[in-house]
Order: sequence, then C-alpha cells, then structure tokens
Amino acid sequence: MKLPDLAELALRNLRESVLRNSLTTIGISVGVASLVAMLSLGIGLQQLASRRLMKSGLFDTVVVTSRRDLRNFGRDDERTAPPPGESRILDEPTRIEIEHLPNVMEAYPDIRFITELRYEDKPHLTMVAALPSSAKSNDAFEAVQGQFFSSDISPEVVIQKTFAEELLGKTPKTGLDETNVAVVAAPLLGKELTMRYAQREAAPSTAGNAGASSDQGAAGAAYSVVSRELKLQIVGVADLDPESMRGPTRARVFLPLKLAESLHVMQPTDLREISRAAAGSQPVYSSVSVRVKNPAGIRAIEDAIKKMGFNTFSILDATRSLQQFFAVLDVFLGIFGSLALAVASIGIVNTLVMAILERRREIGIMKAIGASDGDVKRLFFAEAGAMGILGGILGVILGWAIGQVINLGTNIYLKRQSLPPEHFWAVPWWLVAFALVFAFGVSLVSGLYPAGRAARLDPVQALRYE
Amino acid sequence: MSVSDKSQTNGAPAIRAEQLCRHYKMGETVIRAVDGVSLEVFSGEFVALLGSSGSGKSSVLNLIAGLDRPTSGSVVVNDRDLAQLSREELARYRLHTVGMVFQSFNLIASMTLAENVELPMRFAEIERGKRDSLAREALTRVGLQSRMSHRPSELSGGEQQRAALARALINRPQLLLADEPTGNLDSHTGTEIMDMVREFNEKLGMTVVMVTHERALAERYAQRLIFLADGKLVSDETNANAVGAERGRL
Repeated sequence: MKLPDLAELALRNLRESVLRNSLTTIGISVGVASLVAMLSLGIGLQQLASRRLMKSGLFDTVVVTSRRDLRNFGRDDERTAPPPGESRILDEPTRIEIEHLPNVMEAYPDIRFITELRYEDKPHLTMVAALPSSAKSNDAFEAVQGQFFSSDISPEVVIQKTFAEELLGKTPKTGLDETNVAVVAAPLLGKELTMRYAQREAAPSTAGNAGASSDQGAAGAAYSVVSRELKLQIVGVADLDPESMRGPTRARVFLPLKLAESLHVMQPTDLREISRAAAGSQPVYSSVSVRVKNPAGIRAIEDAIKKMGFNTFSILDATRSLQQFFAVLDVFLGIFGSLALAVASIGIVNTLVMAILERRREIGIMKAIGASDGDVKRLFFAEAGAMGILGGILGVILGWAIGQVINLGTNIYLKRQSLPPEHFWAVPWWLVAFALVFAFGVSLVSGLYPAGRAARLDPVQALRYE
Repeated sequence: MSVSDKSQTNGAPAIRAEQLCRHYKMGETVIRAVDGVSLEVFSGEFVALLGSSGSGKSSVLNLIAGLDRPTSGSVVVNDRDLAQLSREELARYRLHTVGMVFQSFNLIASMTLAENVELPMRFAEIERGKRDSLAREALTRVGLQSRMSHRPSELSGGEQQRAALARALINRPQLLLADEPTGNLDSHTGTEIMDMVREFNEKLGMTVVMVTHERALAERYAQRLIFLADGKLVSDETNANAVGAERGRL
C-alpha cells in the first residue's frame, strides 16, 4: 500500500474512535510537554547562568599583571619567566599594545585606591575603583537604583549597597530579610560625596635625577604628592557586587574611568616603580583588564599576552565545569521528562491492542480481499505514528505554554521582590525537532507489538469474530 | 470493467485439490473439518459445494481462497500449489486471483461503498484517479451508482451484497468464491444476487465456487453440485438443469 493511502486510512481509523484516540494523543502530548518543559528549564537555566556570567565579566575578561608584581596567578610562568626585576612594566603603551591584539574589545587599567569619602561631614574609608563605560552592561548595574555614569568624565559615583547603608548609618544585614536597595538608594541619589585623594603631580624636569638613567626615559619620574578634594554626585546604588571575584580588594565606590585617569591618583605601583627608577612619563598600572570580543578566543589572547611577558588570569576553566554540570542536569531533567512519555507509550500500546480487538473482523476482511501482513502491520504503525506526531506537536505547544506561564509567574514574583525580570525558559528549535522525533519514535516502538499481533491474525478466525 | 464473452470453459482445471485435509486440534480432540477431499474445478465452471452445517464446505472454500492452509494434501490453482506459497504470496494470490463474497457481506462499516469497493485496489497500489473510475464503474454495474457515498449500515442486505460483489470483482479475479451469498437475504433478493453471479460467470468467464446449503438454489445456478459430509466428498454431480449447463465441461 502506498504511503498516502496508508496515512489516509490511518487517520480515518483514528477518527472512528475519536474519544479513545484523542485521550491517547493527549497522554502523549502530556509526556512530550513534560519532556519539553524539563529540558527547556535546564537549557534556560544554563543560558541564564552563561548570560549572567558573561555579563559579570568573568568569562570574557583577562586580568593582566606585570611579572614585577608579587601577585602572580600563573605558577608555571613564575618558574620559567625572567626575574621580576627584569620583567616588562605594565604601562600605557603596553595597554595600547594589548588593546590592538586581535579579538580584544578593550583593555583598561585597573585604577583602585583606598581613600576617604565624606558624606554629611562624616568620613568613610573605602576602596574606590574606576569603571569603563562598557561596564554599564555588567549585570550588577542592570538593576541599579538611579543610573550609570552620564559620561566617562562626569564627577559622579555609583556606590555599592553596603556602602550606601554605611553612609546612612545602617547596619548591613545578610540573609533573606536584606534591606531593599530602593529603600537605601532613595535618600542618597543626587547627594554629594567629597573624595579626598593623593594626586601624583609631576615635578619640573631635572636632569640627572634617578629616573633619567632609566631606559624608558624618565623625564617625568620625579613627582610630588598633593592632597586633593573632589565633589562627586551619587547617581546610582548597585545592589549586586560587580567585583565579587576580587575578594578583599573589591571596591564599594565606582568612578568613571576617564575621570579617574585624569585625577592621577597615587597608585601603590607608583612608589614601587620610582624606587626601581623604572617609571616614565606614562602612568604604570598594577593590572589591566582585557575584555575579549568572543570568549572562545580567550585562550589565544592569554597566550599572546604571556608572550609579551605578562601574567594573565581568567576563569575559563570554570566555564567548562559549568557546562559539564548543566549537561548532567539536562540528562537528569530529560530522564524525568521522559518518564511521562514512557507512561504515555503504554497508553498507545493499550489503545492499539483495543483497536485490534475491536477491528478484528475488519482485519480479517482486509486480509480476505488481499491485504498482506505487511499492509496490516504498516497500517497499525501509521496509526501509532500519527498519534505520536499529533501528540508531539500538541506536547511541544503545551510545553512551551507551561514554560511561558511559569516564566510569567516567576517574573511577577521577582518584580514583587524588586528584582529584575529574568528569562530562564528556552525552547530552542532543536529541542522542538528532538521532541517531535522522540514522540514519533516512541510511538512507533509502542506500535511494534500491536502491529505485529494484528499482522499475524488468522483471517479465518478473524472473519468468524463477531 | 469491460464485458467480454468468455463463457466457454476450457479443458484445464482451474482448481485441483488432492487428498485435501484440514484438521483442528481442540484440546485432545482432533476435528477433521476437511478429510481427504479431491476435486477438480475447470476454468469457467460454476460449482456449488453443498452439505449440512459442519460438513466442511466453508473450510474447503477457505483453503481454495488461500485464507487457510491445508494440514495435508494440496490445492493447486492455475498450476500454483497454495501450500507452497509464502504468506506474502498468498496475500497477492487473494488480491489478484480470488474475489470473495460472504454470507454476512463483510463490508467495512466505517467506509462508504465507494471506499469499500476501492480498498482492494489500494492494496494493489493502483493510482487514485484510476481507482475512483473503476469503483464507480463496478458500483454502476451492480446498480448502486446512487449509493456510492453511503455507508453499509444505510443499505439493505441485498444492496450490501451487491456492493460486496462489486468489491470482489474490482481486481478482475479469475475465481469468484461465494460463501452462502444468499444466506442473509430474502428469496427475491437472493435471486437477484445469484443472477448477477451467473452473469459474471457467463459473461466474464469467471470460475465460480459457491458454498450453500440450499439445494434448490444450487440446482438452479450451478453446473456441478459437490456434496460434502463430515469433511469428506460424498457426491459430485453434473447439474443438467442449470441455466447454461450445456456450456460447462460435463
């Protein structure tokens, strides 16, 4: 029998017992929906985690330090590299050199310093760090109360919630009953902070000073340190910690990068470099953060920077562990999702076995007028397959709808908690295709026994059946 | 279906059964439904198998139809031993060589008459367009052109049997096997059906083997009357009274 005839007869037969076949098809669709829902959740969570981590800058950032620093992440490099004293300086020309490497989006200096900030005449000592304008996309600033810096040179700051609490004289709380960031931010936004800092001011050039002997040309190596004050407006309060990976060196107050550079704030490296008579007219950085265009190329960039004579650090390996974790999670979710489909497949077997009993005489008639065992078998297979495809399509739609409802519900909850909305449900096209093929395959396997049984029916016995 | 005059029988036996046996086991008991039947039916003949209930006439018909396999002996149809055919070959034999009509019509209830009639053509993988025209032609031949889209339950017994006849003949078989074709019909309708069967036998040269327990009906239409009792052939008589009997090979 030709395929179109087979399909037509199968659909006709399914329509004849519409209630039973519909219930079986719904059973399959619930199974597929469960599978789609579980896997969508796994995939969505994986994408969410990846997105979050990418936004956090952990996976597309390489931290570059000079080998002159004692901070050294690469122990192998320590053994093979030249002695720290002979290593290259991480200064502005080097930063520009790194920025011109392929696949590098930007390379910005890590300017951070501990200083005093006064608010309502009360001094507060904390770590201040400079941020480039690209940090706006960091997820820590996604739900910032207020706004990010209006420009790269504006005298503005974004402060961390714990620092805001300190400014207001509140004791920071941890745990579930944390203070809402909006409550802390409201009285501070638009207010002024006064920052006192030590500015490195170049001394008039004098021949024969210590820096003159440097091979880097040390015309500006001598400088004086001047105490300065700058009024800064609080424009934003961040709830999440944008520098969680930095541990104890993380900052709680953030300045625009260009503004920070223009301040020439005294850095710990300045003193060290002048003592080595290595500092030139260009600023020297303790570290440079390199953001890559594509995280896949991070290894190549690290290698290139190492070849330049610097230390690098990235947590690329953590990504691999994360991917492995989600692969295992997806497998488990898939197994749980498939259980419902396994139950549904028993429904298919039951429906088709019932159909054989009901249509015993019909099978006998078909055989008497020339149907082969193969024709009968294929007909039952087609019926099982049709239920599988229909159930699969309905299941995918149902699974998608369940995902949307849960997503919506969760986002309503997040909104009530003053948290940003999230999209942690993903139904990629390959999952749709997989679910349909899987439902079809399971249905065909379920149809094996009934189809074989129908094909083996003795026509004489079947024709006697009433 | 074109009508041609093939009413003359020829000398070759269309069906030859030799020492045909079909035994069933019911626990420890062996039921000998067919027990050593040997017979020959010639091409174009109209033969009636007669006997009381349980005589084995339907079992013989099922063996000739290829619906059942003999326990021993052989059935040779057109020089092919059915016992030697595989299940697939038997299905093809039933599809192309045999047309069957049953007492209870055996139309598929969920299909219209047109769909019932074209069903064997689906198994024969005939193109849809050709199927439609052939089904229409066959139903017109049995006078059911106006009932093509009706389901069997909407028709009388006589109409259903006419539709079953149309289905049996749709693939132009050489053998028409009828198992009590008038058993569920009143005498008037039964006569109508039998007239049609005889017409197919005479005009299409189709070999007809009919199972019946009505001797009068058999004597009216069949050229030979074969009597069975307890699975054995007890008598094989020429029926000189049958219409067209003179054309049979006696």
